[in-house]
Amino acid sequence: MARNVSTPTKVGFTIAAWAVALLLFAPILWTLLTAFKTESEAIASSPTFLPQNFTLENFAAVQERSDYFKHAFNSIVVSVGSTLLGLIIGVPAAWAMAFAPTKRTKDILMWMLSTKMMPAVGVLIPIYLIFRDLRLLDTVHGLTIIMTLINLPIIIWMLYTYFKEIPVDILEAARMDGAELWNEIVHVLVPMAVPGIASTLLLNVILAWNEAFWTITLTSGRAGTLTAFISSFSSPQGLFLAKLSAASLLAIAPILLLGWFSQKQLVRGLTFGAVK
Amino acid sequence: MATAQTRTLARTMMAPAVIVLLLWMAVPLAMTIWFSFQNYSLINPLMTGFAGWANYEYVIGDPSFTQSLINTLILVGGVLLITVIGGIFLALLLDQPLWGQGLLRIVVISPFFVMPPVAALIWKNGFMHPGYGMLGHLWKFFGLQPVDWFNQYPLFSVVVIVAWQWLPFATLIFLTALQSLSEEQREAAEMDGANAINRFWYIIMPHMARSVTIVILIQTIFLLGIFAEIRVTTGGGPGYASTNIAFLVFRTGILSNDIGAGSAGGVVAVIIANIVAIFLMRAVGKNLDA
Amino acid sequence: MGSISLEHVKKSFGEVQIIPDITLDIKDGEFVVFVGPSGCGKSTLLRLIAGLEDTSGGTILLDGEDMTKAPPARRGLAMVFQSYALYPHMSVRDNIAFPLKMAKAPKEVIDQKVEYAARTLNLGSYLDRRPRALSGGQRQRVAIGRAIVREPKAFLFDEPLSNLDAALRVNMRLEITELHQQLKTTMIYVTHDQVEAMTMADRIVVLNAGNVEQFGSPLELYKKPANRFVAGFIGSPKMNFVDGQEAAKHNAHSIGVRPEHFALNRTATPGVWKGKVTVAELLGSDTFLHVQVEGLGLMTIRADGDETYTHGDDVYLTPDATRIYRFDAAGKAI
Ligand SMILES: Nc1ncnc2c1ncn2[C@@H]1O[C@H](COP(=O)(O)OP(=O)(O)OP(=O)(O)O)[C@@H](O)[C@H]1O
Ligand SMILES: [Mg+2]
Repeated sequence: MARNVSTPTKVGFTIAAWAVALLLFAPILWTLLTAFKTESEAIASSPTFLPQNFTLENFAAVQERSDYFKHAFNSIVVSVGSTLLGLIIGVPAAWAMAFAPTKRTKDILMWMLSTKMMPAVGVLIPIYLIFRDLRLLDTVHGLTIIMTLINLPIIIWMLYTYFKEIPVDILEAARMDGAELWNEIVHVLVPMAVPGIASTLLLNVILAWNEAFWTITLTSGRAGTLTAFISSFSSPQGLFLAKLSAASLLAIAPILLLGWFSQKQLVRGLTFGAVK
Repeated sequence: MATAQTRTLARTMMAPAVIVLLLWMAVPLAMTIWFSFQNYSLINPLMTGFAGWANYEYVIGDPSFTQSLINTLILVGGVLLITVIGGIFLALLLDQPLWGQGLLRIVVISPFFVMPPVAALIWKNGFMHPGYGMLGHLWKFFGLQPVDWFNQYPLFSVVVIVAWQWLPFATLIFLTALQSLSEEQREAAEMDGANAINRFWYIIMPHMARSVTIVILIQTIFLLGIFAEIRVTTGGGPGYASTNIAFLVFRTGILSNDIGAGSAGGVVAVIIANIVAIFLMRAVGKNLDA
Repeated sequence: MGSISLEHVKKSFGEVQIIPDITLDIKDGEFVVFVGPSGCGKSTLLRLIAGLEDTSGGTILLDGEDMTKAPPARRGLAMVFQSYALYPHMSVRDNIAFPLKMAKAPKEVIDQKVEYAARTLNLGSYLDRRPRALSGGQRQRVAIGRAIVREPKAFLFDEPLSNLDAALRVNMRLEITELHQQLKTTMIYVTHDQVEAMTMADRIVVLNAGNVEQFGSPLELYKKPANRFVAGFIGSPKMNFVDGQEAAKHNAHSIGVRPEHFALNRTATPGVWKGKVTVAELLGSDTFLHVQVEGLGLMTIRADGDETYTHGDDVYLTPDATRIYRFDAAGKAI
């Protein structure tokens, strides 16, 4: 910003912005701190800010009770798996829409996005029954399929907006140079779209990781992801605030780190390139 | 561009995506519609056969339906209101010259990455619990009686949690839009003698219109299906006070095992979503011209 | 070998007819330039030849073989795009090697040909750079290098110089002309710059609204324009046209006189056109005078650089009687 402002103004704005930001961040910060407190300290009637008796026992207890690592593993498999599957289906489709558009391309894109608007509950019951009959209930691969389907429209949309920015000349040059479609996509399009594909991948891993409707309704013990893991703490049988915080922290930490690392691309990605 | 050959190729490349999405839309939806006209309960296998409109009458006629519908609208509308207005103000603030821009962005976006059940649990236990939640402590500090949020203001509490999750998203998108407003435009406006308020209404707001539409579109997609936050905190209660349509269908179909009635609710949910979708797509379709 | 024949080639985009019907014969080794105003269908025609667009009718023959339906890769043509269309993620070397890799050429052959192209185009020291790190002229050369290594039947250029600055444009123009003399491969070159067309071409195709107005050598076009459009398009500054009574004196619907075909006088001479100088553009070597001629309108005159006319001066113009072009009502030259 090239605007000239006096230092006091800047100080004022800085303080105001940080105050609001920390207010927004407070729940996460509080969880982080509580996770390292003892149970009695966590629910003491005069709360402490920093843990007085720093402890890791909450994490051990959580792993003991609900097997964090199994759920985390499931989360990774489902979110990464569904994203890769989505990219495999999405890249060719986005190529087609970006570089060989027809009059209907716009409508198809809109229709795809509208499938995202279809409420999950509208199809929950049949999917539940189909899954039951196909023995896909509570399986990681079943969940991966669903996750691919619900995120596919977003994947295609995002890829489409990134591909649109690639000059069609370059793909035509490849065609003139004798490249078949496969080579055109693998050697020219994909390498040029790496940043776009990467942010599509990241965003979808995050969305899939945090998806909490299908992961809760279609799994129970075996294929449960972290959303199911954490939901099991909603009725705290003998489980108190500190352990709950530890579990929460475990569930969100991986994606929070990933998100911080990639927030710039993500914001742009989520708007389908409509806001630059 | 495009020769007939490329176009054929393009259709082939699009086919898998279109087919899976078509199946994903059509097959379960058709089944839902079919079930919605059947007597079908998992608890009572004797109940079978064509039900006519009975399931719909049962679902729509029940006071819980009207309440859920209203709750859904309040939930979506309330969160949109908070996030759009709050987001614009926050974005304007973050767009000011200040120290630590980069770090601020990271801190602000964080709630967006928190999975819904965790968000709900953090708020429920760490913040809104009347006994040991932060807000409870705060109330006591000021000598007030702690509020039992989820019993006294269940829907409002859910709105707060969801708004907390989506405010960062709105803020960052607005901030991105603001930052693309060129310095020249601002300076030109200042030269033209526009004061801060005029600049906001005549320069900044029109420039932001597009991102506001986008935020509304994307958030609505997700907000119509709010589920985990309700399941984890209030379980839809007390009574039906915090049940939205999504949760109602889940309650009827899965918790009460009444497939017929649950499906009827699902169909209604789809119809509502479509009405909303048509409006949104109309409004946004032109704007999204990528 | 690289002869290109178009027979009744047509192209429409949906309802809109861009190319009504074109028949052209381009001989092997010829340097042919397509010129015409913006939007007249030059690029479209080139892309039809390249196979990047389908024809709506007619046939395209390459070396006598019907290639109308063949995909671009099979036609054995190379194209240089206005935007250069280099692969940004590949080094210069890989850019140039790409067509060879696609053709599965052995490594030694690739190295040898890349080496040759780099030498021909003075790219030796840039081979390991990315296109991003090159100047416009260098990028252009890489694009040409990528075309050369394929040893195509013909090169297709679509306004390759229009993104370069004026000085560089003159240089590259010479380089491409030299390249043509060296390789003796057929080249089709699209431009809307008539100076490029005149200086580079063996033969020029003048296109207007998807029709070939004239196909001939540069001097033929200059001296014997087939119609008013070509007369107006070829030559700079543009030819001056006069209709009505003045033209009727020459038994024509309209007449045209090139700016360089006038004699100027400060004093009245009977039977000539009288006018007032509105703007005098001094180029040093020449002076372009814009003259408001009584009863005939604005005309451009090319005078010697030593002439000292200025705004408001009276001037008497005498067109060179042997170089008056005459056109009928349909615009055809008589
Ligand atoms: N894919 C397309 N769909 C519809 N119309 C097109 C398409 N491509 C070109 N046109 C139209 O065809 C006409 C000719 O376009 P073309 O690009 O061939 O012109 P040009 O002579 O190369 O012009 P310029 O000198 O500006 O490059 C234009 O009116 C253009 O709008
Ligand atoms: Mg063109």
